[in-house]
Amino acid sequence: MSTILPLVVRDLTFTIAGNPVIRDVSLDLIAGSRTVVLGPNGAGKSVLLRLLHGLLVPTSGTVRWSAGESRRHQAMVFQRPVMLRRSALANIRFALDVAGADGETEARAREAMDRVGLAHLADRPARVLSGGEQQRLALARAWALQPQVLFLDEPTASLDPAATRAVEDVITAMHAAGTTIVMTTHDIGQARRLATDVLFLHQGRLMEATPANDFFQQPRSAEAAAFIRGELLW
Amino acid sequence: MQEISQSLGLALQMVLGLDANLVAIAALSLKVSGSAVLVASALALPFGAWLALARFPGRDAVIAILNGMMGLPPVVVGLLVYLLLSRAGPLGSLGILFTPAAMSVAQAVLIFPIIAALTRQIIEDGWEEYREQLTSLNATRWQSAKALLWDMRFSLSTGVLAGFGRAIAEVGAVMIVGGNIDGVTRVMTTAIALETSKGDLPLALGLGVVLITLVVLINLAAQAVKSYAKRRYG
Amino acid sequence: MVKAALRVFALATLIASSSAQAQEKFIVVASTTSTQDAGLFGHILPMFKAKTGIDVRVVAQGTGQALATARKGDADVVFVHDKLAEAKFVEEGFGVDRREVMYNDFVIVGPKADPAKVAGKDVIAALKKIAAAKSPFASRGDKSGTHAAELRYWAEAAVDPQTGKGTWYRETGSGMGPTLNTASAMNAYAFTDRGTWLSFRNRGELSILVEGDTRLFNQYGIMLVNPARHAHVKKDLGQRFIDWITSPEGQSAIASYKVSGEQLFFPNFGK
Repeated sequence: MSTILPLVVRDLTFTIAGNPVIRDVSLDLIAGSRTVVLGPNGAGKSVLLRLLHGLLVPTSGTVRWSAGESRRHQAMVFQRPVMLRRSALANIRFALDVAGADGETEARAREAMDRVGLAHLADRPARVLSGGEQQRLALARAWALQPQVLFLDEPTASLDPAATRAVEDVITAMHAAGTTIVMTTHDIGQARRLATDVLFLHQGRLMEATPANDFFQQPRSAEAAAFIRGELLW
Repeated sequence: MQEISQSLGLALQMVLGLDANLVAIAALSLKVSGSAVLVASALALPFGAWLALARFPGRDAVIAILNGMMGLPPVVVGLLVYLLLSRAGPLGSLGILFTPAAMSVAQAVLIFPIIAALTRQIIEDGWEEYREQLTSLNATRWQSAKALLWDMRFSLSTGVLAGFGRAIAEVGAVMIVGGNIDGVTRVMTTAIALETSKGDLPLALGLGVVLITLVVLINLAAQAVKSYAKRRYG
Repeated sequence: MVKAALRVFALATLIASSSAQAQEKFIVVASTTSTQDAGLFGHILPMFKAKTGIDVRVVAQGTGQALATARKGDADVVFVHDKLAEAKFVEEGFGVDRREVMYNDFVIVGPKADPAKVAGKDVIAALKKIAAAKSPFASRGDKSGTHAAELRYWAEAAVDPQTGKGTWYRETGSGMGPTLNTASAMNAYAFTDRGTWLSFRNRGELSILVEGDTRLFNQYGIMLVNPARHAHVKKDLGQRFIDWITSPEGQSAIASYKVSGEQLFFPNFGK
């Protein structure tokens, strides 16, 4: 299995109805990082993630992975988890079947649920689970696919602190097991907790791409500094 | 006014007395329309799902035409199917004209657009919700269609019930291709037409009351199943 | 998905086979709504079935439609009441072995108050009076045997009812029963066969005003659909029905049918 990283992005632009939502973004994504895409609401974080994952087609610029069929080695978790109307376990098995797994999907699915601490809910209908449980289920589904890159779009924005903590623990565990993490958030505290690298977006432009420590101690741009201080940016 | 109370009394009498003729006619109505719904659904559900997810030039026109065909006049459908099944027609060698099979065929043709058009709309709405997640999982169009058909089953069942209602209530098509033969192709609606033409209006109305009650009971049962399943499976 | 398709197929086969079972011994007879509405078939067909085991499936349509059905080969026997149309049918080669079976009679019904003063025994005079008075008249207008007869009487009365189209002459384009329903609701005159009228339950203000005119006799004929034209016609079974209905047994079965004590159809084969 070839590695799809590093990801090389050059001059990425995305316009909606003439409006540039992402402007001339260039970045490199290397294996092993926990990259947090930070920025105020409306900065274009979600759009950027979707462009990288291939859910949106760039208006101009390139998104180049290091191997073909790249999306097979990626997974994405959305702010609101999308579950099928079937049991929690069946949702994971569905993802495995679609990915072309042959046979032992039940065992792999149960293992994934176990790793996120949801083994006792395996046969419960997915949609009756709480928000936090569903999000952990979404992570289990992603983990079962053993992705090289995991994208997460504001995964805990709708969750309470306890659920947020549980989700962050899973993300950390997946990273430890070898998955490169790319995550958006507008919560600075979460960024501080999780990031090894920070991409700071403002009005569609990539203002900074630095290791986390450097970013938080010595932001290079005025906008980043203001953001860290907690000011409103527009 | 008097006729209505008379007919309600007649209806009650027939039902409580389990009038053998009435039971036979009602059973045939259910058999003919039931099989029409099965055959039509088997074709219309996958077709509607395919159309919901397909993108091709002229798609809007196809959808408009399909929606328009929901209003096909039953008597016209009956005439067309009659010409097909007549001995003088292309499918005459099947020899099913003036039998319940022909009636099922005509009704299936009539309700196919209803089930297909509603399926198309429901699946397309569902696709909006699931599109990103299914794309992220690399599901093929066919895998997505299957998943959506099962997931939207509660809404889709309403479309199927609409088809059933249309089938069991129509008289134009089954009259022409069935011939209203006593004991062979006489169903509730053609029996009502016959009694009306004989001037026995209370009996005709009474049969009508029985038919409506039957359909309402079926819908009540379906709704109960749906509510239960929805509560359990979310 | 596969399981569902199999279930569908099984059900379809079930339906088909249940019609196949009945396929053993039956014929399709294209006949008229007036005979059906009068209830004759319910009376005589069980007798035929008891004797021969043959199921007679009557598809009741207007004479025009019944002949069209037979022309296409969708029936085995045709049994209608329009001598001219039947003769043409045989001439064109679609029917064989035409036999006269029975007659009933037509009557004119109308509002008891009889505004056009037609009551009596003379059908032609009655029609002239209705046209002169422009009294509402409900016609079947559907190319049936009854409609054809009605038009022949108007022609004999030298009246073109089309001059009243949309005003007093109302063509319903439907069977005898629906036309009588309409006449009853409109309090109009109508031309009907006695049989349908006697079994008709929604008379309103209407009653029989003109009857007994010998010109009002309505002849029924039966024919086998020509097997040379349509090879699948069940000619043996069909022939047995034709033979039975013109036999003394069949003829007396027809005569024995009564509604409210009145005989509706008068067998006249061979007379």
